[in-house]
Amino acid sequence: MEVILQNLTKKFPSRDRKNREDVIAVNDFTFEIPDGQLIGLLGPSGCGKSTTLNLISGLLKPTNGRIFFGKDDVTDLPPENRGIGLVFQNYALYPHLTVRQNILFPLQNLKGKDKLSKSEMLKKAEDAAKLVQISELMERRPGELSGGQQQRVAIARALVKMPRVLLLDEPLSNLDARLRLQTREEIRRIQKETGITTIFVTHDQEEAMSISDLIVVMKEGIVQQIGKPQEVYDNPSNLFVAKFLGTPPINVFEGRIQNGQLYIGDNAVLHTGNVSDRKVYAGIRPEGFLLQEDGPLCCELGGIEVMGRDISIVSRNKASLNPAIRSIIGTDNKIDTSKTDIRFSLVSRKVFLFDRETEERIDFT
Amino acid sequence: MKKKLQNSGLKAWLYLLPAILFLGIFMVYPLIDVFVYSFEEGYNSASQTYWGVGSYNYSYVLHDPYFLQAVKNTFLLVIITVPLSTGIALLISTGLCSIKPLRNLFQTIYFLPYVTNTLAVGLVFMILFKKTAYSDGFINLIISWFGGNSVDFIDGPYWAKMFVLCFYTIWVVMPFKILILTSALSSVNQEYYNAARVDGTSRFRIFMRITLPMIAPMIFYLIITGFIGAFKAYSDVVALFGTNLNAAEMNTIVGYVYDMLYGDSGGYPSYASAAAIILFAIVLTITCINLLISKKVRR
Amino acid sequence: MDYIKIEKKARTRKKTGNIITYILLTFWAVIVLFPFYWMVLTSIKSYGAYNSEYIPKFYTLSPTLQNYADAFTAVSLGRYLLNTTIFTVVTTAVMMIVITLAAFAFARLEFRGKNIVFILFLSLMMIPNELVIITNFVTITNLDMRNSFPGLILPSITSVFYIYLLKENFEQIPDSLYYAAKVDGTSDLKYLLKVMVPMSKPTLITIAILKVIECWNSYVWPRLITDDERYFLVSNGIQEIRENGFGRENIPAMMAAVVVISVPLIVLFLVFRNKIMAGVSRSGLKG
Repeated sequence: MEVILQNLTKKFPSRDRKNREDVIAVNDFTFEIPDGQLIGLLGPSGCGKSTTLNLISGLLKPTNGRIFFGKDDVTDLPPENRGIGLVFQNYALYPHLTVRQNILFPLQNLKGKDKLSKSEMLKKAEDAAKLVQISELMERRPGELSGGQQQRVAIARALVKMPRVLLLDEPLSNLDARLRLQTREEIRRIQKETGITTIFVTHDQEEAMSISDLIVVMKEGIVQQIGKPQEVYDNPSNLFVAKFLGTPPINVFEGRIQNGQLYIGDNAVLHTGNVSDRKVYAGIRPEGFLLQEDGPLCCELGGIEVMGRDISIVSRNKASLNPAIRSIIGTDNKIDTSKTDIRFSLVSRKVFLFDRETEERIDFT
Repeated sequence: MKKKLQNSGLKAWLYLLPAILFLGIFMVYPLIDVFVYSFEEGYNSASQTYWGVGSYNYSYVLHDPYFLQAVKNTFLLVIITVPLSTGIALLISTGLCSIKPLRNLFQTIYFLPYVTNTLAVGLVFMILFKKTAYSDGFINLIISWFGGNSVDFIDGPYWAKMFVLCFYTIWVVMPFKILILTSALSSVNQEYYNAARVDGTSRFRIFMRITLPMIAPMIFYLIITGFIGAFKAYSDVVALFGTNLNAAEMNTIVGYVYDMLYGDSGGYPSYASAAAIILFAIVLTITCINLLISKKVRR
Repeated sequence: MDYIKIEKKARTRKKTGNIITYILLTFWAVIVLFPFYWMVLTSIKSYGAYNSEYIPKFYTLSPTLQNYADAFTAVSLGRYLLNTTIFTVVTTAVMMIVITLAAFAFARLEFRGKNIVFILFLSLMMIPNELVIITNFVTITNLDMRNSFPGLILPSITSVFYIYLLKENFEQIPDSLYYAAKVDGTSDLKYLLKVMVPMSKPTLITIAILKVIECWNSYVWPRLITDDERYFLVSNGIQEIRENGFGRENIPAMMAAVVVISVPLIVLFLVFRNKIMAGVSRSGLKG
């Protein structure tokens, strides 16, 4: 099922008595989510991603704009008639019901011609449980399960009525680091197996990057960029997106363009071709640094961290906005730690230029 | 070091002394004493003598028609008001939790009876329900609007008096129940309701399958305290029917205890003690049964 | 599927649900408020007007304050109010001291047998007042303290329940504060007064308010222990007025008295609304 958002806008009345202006949680969001894909809504807290999810679920009504599931306009439809499955951040499993009763719960609500016989319901519940691999936990209560198991029950409950769209609100935020890795693979697998269009919300870019077919990066209610994870990473449309994606984060320098060269400090560090002279921010991915004895970018060496596969160099530069510059290089490089300075050359496709005023991306060749 | 420890022990007892002293004199000693009284036969409060030990006091009380009347009244009151008040309170709290505008105002109004003097407002109720030679009173006015015949609720037939008593009791206990239930209801995580809504659960089913089980402990708590409270009914009865409750056929067990102790028919602390212990036994039994049921239901 | 129809149905259902809810809530609000309205209304009707209304009127066009004057002159309403104020203030004040000391001992001090004593204290919570009041009546009578303030006050200046509530609150205060104070050479009593009491102020205030309400409305014990009108509290005063005062039929004056004794608590409630409601719901106190 495609989900189409048309100029979707949600305003909340302001709580602030002095400033009566409405808070715009989602601003003019237009996007067509293709069928059968896993979409990550990504952004820092308060960026409107959860509001977007709640608008799609129908728990909130948009101020403006329309929502379509396929050809159906569902904008004014109450959540129960939309055919969605929703997994809550805290799972919202009913504590007084067993796992089986929890999964059966949505099926028991069906009325009229959709009504199922008891055995059909049990069969569906079994199937859903098998899909998320919790068949042996059916008689337990949520309180007796680990966080990861509760998460699976919540997904099973959302899936059991075969929703047209599955929505997940911060699905991994309540799990510890190890379970998080495991569970996100699990979500990916379940989504592929069922082929249900799935939208999930997260503030963790790594999580979104690793499993989504498409990610939507949001900030203050406005969509910043939509695309495949790698594309967005390789091609951020503005400074915010560049800073938000990637670990370690991108290194941002104050720089300027002069005569087709990028200057950081007093050194010309990169050819920028046709870009006219102006002040810029230069974002350099950690893997965009190359160790070079006479490289143009000179930094004060802070220390090195060996991380097995590669080495992370921590250094400082006056022009850097980050207090520490992190660059990642292969372990075959040798670093003389007795020196106080270190020199780099840059990989041009790992360097992004942004206008100092608008923070928009500037292309260069 | 050892001396210091002993010192602090002594100091602690000093801090506790007033509390222990008062509790000892006014709770522990009376507790023992009431059992002693209840078995002393023919105790005379003037000369402080008695002529035997036995269960005569209990047998006297249990055969006293006034006591039996009081037991009947109390049980009726309990059986009618506890389920009714809990049910209405549940209804009102649910309504209260589902609205936003005016919610605070309603909550404040509903709590008012809690802070008013039972005796004073009881008097108002008496006036509303009473029929005199000069006026049929307010309630009878309403009854007449609906074409009914006027009844004297205060000095009239038994059922009418019982009705007023139950009505007033419910009016008095409602603030507490509404308050407890509203806070229980609003502590249920909103996500459960959202989850149920997304699944298309009807309002009724949400209430039966989610809300009720989640606030069940509070409901049982209210039922238990409701039972205990209603069994001890006294001052609201006095407010409506005056101090001469035996004559009004509206006495309660606690009323019987106080009448035995003091007043026109007073001066019999032994009978009062026996009646008080019977009351305590009844309350204890009912509370235990309640606890057992609540445990079983929650399984 | 006919979406428009579903939308419409859902909207109407929600609307009707809301309307029914508001009707129900308003209905109960009227039941709660009506006695108060009637009480005030009757208290400002003149004696003659009230008695000539065979069918009671819902309003009055000639309000009078005469009944209030009568209430204070015909019976000693002023004295009842004064007595109750004295009783309430003294009982509450003494109780606060007693329970603060006890709660401090349980929460902060170490001594042998602490747990046993505390459990004994807790088990006293189950004892109903009705069981012990008999002996207390005899005790106070024997001590010749009937019709006196000590007789009224003494039995109600401890409350196991409030000790428990306060102890729980005291225990929330981190131990490190106590040790810091010890290092600075602060005595236990000073620590209690300068640190614990200020930090537990919200709970202390809540307990005090609840106790004030309880005292103001207490009826049973004062009734047993006083038969001299000079020591009546408002509850007994009301009962006395009802049975003997004003020559039974002066109901407007009676209602004026009822208004006068109800007003202080209602004002207290409106001022401390949130504190009282939070306190009652937290402590699960039955009124």
